[in-house]
Amino acid sequence: MKNLWLTAKLDVVESLRARWFMIYTLVFGGIVAMLFAFGLTESRVLGFIGLSRLLVTYIQLCMAILPIFVLISTVRSVAGDREAGVFEYLLSLPVSLSAWFWGKLLGRYIVVFLPVFLAMLGASLWSLVQDIEVPWNMFLYYTGLLAAMAWCFLGIAMLLSTLARSTDVAQGAAFVVWLAMLLFLDLILLGVMIQGHAAPEVAVMIALANPLQVFRTAALMLFDPQLIVLGPAAYVIMDTMGATGFMIYGLVYPFVIGTLCATAGYFMFRRGDLP
Amino acid sequence: MIEFKKVSKTFKRNRVLDELELTITPGERIALVGSNGAGKTTMIRCLLGEYTYEGSVAVHGLAPRPNRQQVLGKIGFVPQLPPPLKMPVGQLLDFSSAVCNSEKSRMEEIAGRLGLDVGKMRNQPFVKLSGGQKQKLLISIALGRDSNILIMDEPAANLDPEARQIFFGLLAERLENNTTMLISSHRLDEVSALVNRVIELDRGKVVLDDRVADDVSLTGMLACRLTLRRPEESIAKALTGWNFRDNGSGLEWQGSVAGPDRLRFVGMLSRYVGILTHISLDENGGDQV
Repeated sequence: MKNLWLTAKLDVVESLRARWFMIYTLVFGGIVAMLFAFGLTESRVLGFIGLSRLLVTYIQLCMAILPIFVLISTVRSVAGDREAGVFEYLLSLPVSLSAWFWGKLLGRYIVVFLPVFLAMLGASLWSLVQDIEVPWNMFLYYTGLLAAMAWCFLGIAMLLSTLARSTDVAQGAAFVVWLAMLLFLDLILLGVMIQGHAAPEVAVMIALANPLQVFRTAALMLFDPQLIVLGPAAYVIMDTMGATGFMIYGLVYPFVIGTLCATAGYFMFRRGDLP
Repeated sequence: MIEFKKVSKTFKRNRVLDELELTITPGERIALVGSNGAGKTTMIRCLLGEYTYEGSVAVHGLAPRPNRQQVLGKIGFVPQLPPPLKMPVGQLLDFSSAVCNSEKSRMEEIAGRLGLDVGKMRNQPFVKLSGGQKQKLLISIALGRDSNILIMDEPAANLDPEARQIFFGLLAERLENNTTMLISSHRLDEVSALVNRVIELDRGKVVLDDRVADDVSLTGMLACRLTLRRPEESIAKALTGWNFRDNGSGLEWQGSVAGPDRLRFVGMLSRYVGILTHISLDENGGDQV
């Protein structure tokens, strides 16, 4: 356990010095600052005003940026370390492979999740100072969603880093995975339904297997509990899971996917050549 | 005791180790030589449990991969190319000493003896250090921890003569503990005086396994005098690098050479053989470290 925390700490310190982390933090901190600066807390859309509106926009932007950022930065760093000989040296020290792998994952999770969370927390605290009402239930649920989503894509990234033997291949694979998920949000799904005359249930099930879609739908749920904006698909979701069930699914499913991918990555890492 | 039994390693279709058989007894100091691609680094990585392989490798009876912590807890390793670690020097020392259950102060003390001021560079990223500084720090970590096997890949390549002399002295201290040393190099003259056994690899097999005379003291110094036919800027620069002094005319030079460094020194001199008129190396005339 000591070595796991030591490895996590090592990864945190390495990441804090990396350029990608600086950009990452600036992007999310900058988004919140910009949303405030452009007066989004005072705009009214779908009946939302104040911090709720800002959080809704922020979570949508997170959905667009967070997965690709986590995927690319993690595969670059892990596969890059292997290529550059970092693994050769650090894995010659008496650290167990489980402590190394899970410690690295934990360290990376901290640096990936914290800036996103702190930006949201900062916005909420600033709202308190400005006497704007803070929707704490929304804040907590979105925190959970972001935590689950960061874990999900980190697990996928660790699996890809283990499978790919070079940075280029790992980066390419990460991009393809992200693109596939993005296309399955709407475009391919619509195509499947139209071309294959698939049952709506099948299309919805495909959509619900996509962590990006789950994240998007769960984020919608708080301000559109009946999922009216989704159209007929909402009936399938509501009939199958109900509103609360889907909100729980939105937290649990990405977490399960992330854990499964990370575990598969760990077993492959343990089985193959390390450097 | 380290044992390689029919160890083979293949990358795609390229067989890098080919049923390698080797036994190393405690206390042996081995030069692992061979051309590029002979299998030296692959053999070391198998020994460190970093590669999977066919056959078996055992360190004190334990396979390195499933018993990583026990096996690697006994092995100090210096890689040929320092890893590009972004972490600060202090963090690297903290991490290494903590996972090796060793005292950081011992690593710092060895770094100090090699001429590194760890206190000043504590917050400096490891990757920003010079090649020599990185090598010294990695040597300090390998020698500053409890280990009875040292694996070093071209360990002295980036060191200046003074640091090399101190490094040889540090290795000499390890001889008292019966430490096994495996020193990899593609040039025998770099390591020949450090070792008592030479193993040459070629295409993944041992093609030469030779015991060598073990008379060179790791701490011994040779007093050296040189006379040149005429002053020459290039040799003057090279000799100054070895901390030699001249008598003012640039013709007579004197200094000390560490015993294990004698071949390397003579190798350097061979480039200027046309202007050398006298060389003397006196084993009893140098200072002891």
